[in-house]
Amino acid sequence: MKVLTLNFLTCAVKMCKASNDSFPLHPKDAELAKDDVEINLQLLVNVLPRIDWTALRTTSTELGFPELPEQPPTAEDLTSDEKMLQDLHTLLLETQMIEGKLVCGHCGHEYAVREGIANFLLPSHLV
Amino acid sequence: MSRPEDTLSADVHYDDVEARKYTTSSRIKNIQASMTQRALELLDLQSPSFILDVGCGSGLSGEILSDVPEDEGGPHVWVGMDISASMLDVALQRDVEGDLMLADIGQGVPFRAGSFDAAISISAIQWLCNAESSETSPAGRLSRFFNGLYASLKRGGRAVCQFYPKNDVQKKMITSAAVKAGFSAGLLEDDPETKSVKVYLVLTVGGSTTGGNGGDITNVVEGMDGVDVVDLRKKGGKSGKGEIKKGSKAWIINKKEQMERKGKIVRATSKYTGRKRRIQF
Ligand SMILES: C[S@@+](CC[C@H](N)C(=O)[O-])C[C@H]1O[C@@H](n2cnc3c(N)ncnc32)[C@H](O)[C@@H]1O
Repeated sequence: MKVLTLNFLTCAVKMCKASNDSFPLHPKDAELAKDDVEINLQLLVNVLPRIDWTALRTTSTELGFPELPEQPPTAEDLTSDEKMLQDLHTLLLETQMIEGKLVCGHCGHEYAVREGIANFLLPSHLV
Repeated sequence: MSRPEDTLSADVHYDDVEARKYTTSSRIKNIQASMTQRALELLDLQSPSFILDVGCGSGLSGEILSDVPEDEGGPHVWVGMDISASMLDVALQRDVEGDLMLADIGQGVPFRAGSFDAAISISAIQWLCNAESSETSPAGRLSRFFNGLYASLKRGGRAVCQFYPKNDVQKKMITSAAVKAGFSAGLLEDDPETKSVKVYLVLTVGGSTTGGNGGDITNVVEGMDGVDVVDLRKKGGKSGKGEIKKGSKAWIINKKEQMERKGKIVRATSKYTGRKRRIQF
């Protein structure tokens, strides 16, 4: 599961819908892998305004990466600054969480991740 | 033909054996690929997008999204949800590029508001109509799915769901659940009234009838080759003179003959000519 996806996933439990703590989910015992993916500048520029930067900083720190800058880059930054583009690309699209758990900060539910696949099936009383 | 949807739940039907059989059949591969291409055409994405693949299975639909070349607005990045661990396992072995989640769409779509540019679903959502248990009803599951899907799409976003309705009741049940969730919806049929009919539910978020991009369902199909847009919002109107309806296949063929007689070059009539689009809502 890509870090990009982690920036959009929320807890699926019904009572967590209204809570601010159900996003982002917190990686626990995470094992990471790096995929080689071709840089897709247009995709990054397209999703950039939708990235929750605060959540991304949290996730990135929790995964053990050095702290991200406080402010997100702009589309112009990405177009003109090769290194910034490469870094963001590596973090969002190449970094994969392959094992571990994603934990909801509101209800504490743990979603298992195995071989990169997150298990979001819920027992029916939580739906 | 018997429908597994009527008797089994999807995770039981798509076990290891079925998942492998499904994915290695070149017939199925071709059909899923062409339906995904059609869905992409209806999504009309102009640039690389972040897409949700609902009921992604072993990735036959998703891999088409990854393969859209740059000059056609791709490649796209996708996240797939599926309830069958066996199907996802095959996807894993096939090394698809999208992210995979084991999830039941009848339980909702666990992404924050406005996450995706678009969504596709190929041959999956009819499964929501069976599964009756003491805790869940098809109506409840459909509503959780469409409400979740609606919220997860950005404003102006679009979803195209190809599905196999058992009958008109089911078609209506699915379409009205989407409308209830807030979507503008259009139902489009390729090769209607044949055995290989394909039904596409075209959904847009934003729903204003004053147009704007993505908001108006008629814009989705307008301007496409041989499309007959039936706009139900124009109530009354002055049709029904008992003539050949403008835009219909008969009308197009007629026009083509006229043009040909004038010595113009016209496109050959094909199964796509004047294909029926039913906009029901
Ligand atoms: C015919 S396959 C299509 C797979 C893929 N979209 C393709 O085009 O090859 C239908 C898929 O829908 C999935 N499905 C059925 N009900 C589902 C549900 N409630 N939640 C998630 N996936 C479901 C099945 O597990 C199966 O993989």
